[in-house]
Amino acid sequence: MSVNRRELLLGAAVGAAGLPLLGAMPSFAQTASSFTPEKGASLRVLRWAPFVKGDEDAWLANTKKFTEKTGVEVRIDKESWEDIRPKSAVAANMGAGPDMVWVWFDDAQQYPDKLVDVSALANKLGAAGGGWYPGLEGYAKRDGKFVAMPLAAIGNAICYRESHMKAAGFSEFPKDTKGFLELCKALKAKGTPAGFPHGKAVGDGNNYAHWLLWSHGGKTVDESGKVAINSPETLAAINYAKELYGTFIPGTESWLDINNNRAFLANQISLTANGVSLYYAAKNDPKLAEMAADIRTTNFPVGPVGQSIELHQTTSIATFKHTKFPQACMAYLEFMYQPEQMNAWLQGSSAYCCQPLKAYASNPIWTSDKNHAAYAKASETLRPNGYAGPLGYASAGVMADYVLVDMFAEAVTGAQTPENAIKRAEARINRYYRV
Amino acid sequence: MTDHAGTAGRAPAPPSFLSRLGQSRNALGLAFMLPAGVFLICFLAYPLGLGVWLGFTDARIGRTGQFIGLENYQFLWIDAVFWLSVFNTLLYTITASILKFGLGLWLALILNQHLPFKAFFRAIVLLPWVVPTVLSGIAFWWIYDSQFSIVSWSLIKLGVIDHYINFLGEANMARASVIAANVWRGIPFVAISLLAGLQTISPSLHEAATLDGATPWQRFRYVTLPMLSPIISVVMTFSVLFTFTDFQLIYVLTKGGPVNATHLMATLSFQRAIPGGQLGEGAAIAVAMIPFLLAAILFSFFGLQRRKWQQGGSD
Repeated sequence: MSVNRRELLLGAAVGAAGLPLLGAMPSFAQTASSFTPEKGASLRVLRWAPFVKGDEDAWLANTKKFTEKTGVEVRIDKESWEDIRPKSAVAANMGAGPDMVWVWFDDAQQYPDKLVDVSALANKLGAAGGGWYPGLEGYAKRDGKFVAMPLAAIGNAICYRESHMKAAGFSEFPKDTKGFLELCKALKAKGTPAGFPHGKAVGDGNNYAHWLLWSHGGKTVDESGKVAINSPETLAAINYAKELYGTFIPGTESWLDINNNRAFLANQISLTANGVSLYYAAKNDPKLAEMAADIRTTNFPVGPVGQSIELHQTTSIATFKHTKFPQACMAYLEFMYQPEQMNAWLQGSSAYCCQPLKAYASNPIWTSDKNHAAYAKASETLRPNGYAGPLGYASAGVMADYVLVDMFAEAVTGAQTPENAIKRAEARINRYYRV
Repeated sequence: MTDHAGTAGRAPAPPSFLSRLGQSRNALGLAFMLPAGVFLICFLAYPLGLGVWLGFTDARIGRTGQFIGLENYQFLWIDAVFWLSVFNTLLYTITASILKFGLGLWLALILNQHLPFKAFFRAIVLLPWVVPTVLSGIAFWWIYDSQFSIVSWSLIKLGVIDHYINFLGEANMARASVIAANVWRGIPFVAISLLAGLQTISPSLHEAATLDGATPWQRFRYVTLPMLSPIISVVMTFSVLFTFTDFQLIYVLTKGGPVNATHLMATLSFQRAIPGGQLGEGAAIAVAMIPFLLAAILFSFFGLQRRKWQQGGSD
């Protein structure tokens, strides 16, 4: 590291001293940086390959503005989303590679000691932006310190065909799990069934399984990290899943991430859960105009636990301690999280990325299309995986090994009794939490 | 060589160490083998050794692990998913290899006959082998799709069945489906290699057998098969190894689902090591494949290559 501790502190102090002065000019203060990038600094940022082009365009445009303003060159590299986890872990532990990475889920919790503590900036941004959403904050915070900057939740919501729902005798979408089951039964009776993946679908399968468990009050581990899957709540969740599965289109146990999109767009199912991409696939296809007009989105129904909870997908920006330009990193982060940039980026992502700070819930993107509203709540309903225990290797391992997905799939297909499926899941979770 | 002539001219001077080294057959042999040796050590022995070592540590991705002895293996020993993957791998390998051998040999025998458009057929047989695995995997994914399967669709239109076949959703059906896809892919390799072997068999042997009054079956059993067995042993060794370590096909079709019914040791190793981050455990699963692979190799080399068998005798 070319900047020693004293210089770093000095830089922060100078920046802080300058701030009150700028505060007198509110419009200017928004974009003024409290960090001074090192001389000749240049940054490398690794992000996941965008799912919607507007996201990348907006982010690059914002970055360009940053470069023009500060002279700091920022190179943005892309990797397919599955490669981010290994690449970031290697960068963390080799102490080389990109300065910042857009990590997934609990990645930052796996090597917190290799990451720059961004608490000061995060608290400031949080205070200015109406506060962080607790779910996103949970993924980024360890022992009271921000080890990464929460960036977005990639929302998942129920997508359904309104005409099919009405034909099944429902004038509005049921709010609770009980009504939801009735709707799915009625849809099946009408020959327009629902379908949720019980196969190894990394995103959709995990989201569905976690919702089933959490909405009924189940949890993999308790607050202290003790395995707590074997509970009446889990059993209730499984029994509910079994009933729901009975109303699905056949074959959902083999579904991977893309199958539900295909089935929905081909009129095979009329209800599933997905990112906003499903709606856009229909909307951008002139042949599916009729279907697009009929698609509605909503949040998953509320279960016995009484609140709307989902897994979704989360991404945070981790800054590595091996960066040569920590001040430039902070300046970049601060700049990108200013309302002007953040709003432009959220808008560019066309409802795919949900804001990390509560103030951005008023972004016009969420009202620009009636089907965006459900995705606006992603950050609010998000709960970190490995609930209710601490995040880390064990929580990541349990999810990567599809333990919950398998538990529900085993039980709903009748391969195991619900009790056995829970016991088998318990044994597997125990392995990760090393009991 | 000129150097050699020079030293020979000045006989009294004792040859220097270097020139003696240059003339020693053993030293030269070693020197010539050195590049290959270095290559093998760097790219084969080292990764293998590292893999074995990782299996004894609790390494995560990017973090060097501590030595934990056999703990990974102890965990695997009580892991039902691991044992299921062992069972799946054995079932997958044995069934697919037998089918590939039977069908491949059959195809080779047919192609060895005098057929019209022989060259064309021989070329077309290679197609499944030429197509990249991931592409053929995706093709099979559509063929097996639970909603859009062409097979189910055709059968329904023909009135044979009344609902879509759940190819990849039901455990045994999924196993059969992935094995079928693997067999489709693996047949050309076996068929073309055996065809090459068939063509090395001298026609005079068949003529002699025919003159002795051997039936076609007897000619196959006592002439073709023994002559072919060295090729068979090599081809099937490779075929078994390819099948045992198959990854792409499973990963595209099912990712190991439904409920791990098609998880092979290779796919489980990847799932635990890379997305799961448990590098040590993933390595341990990969290392656990080695004994099976060694057994397959030893069986084919010491079993199938026995001279007695090759000469048509039995023990």
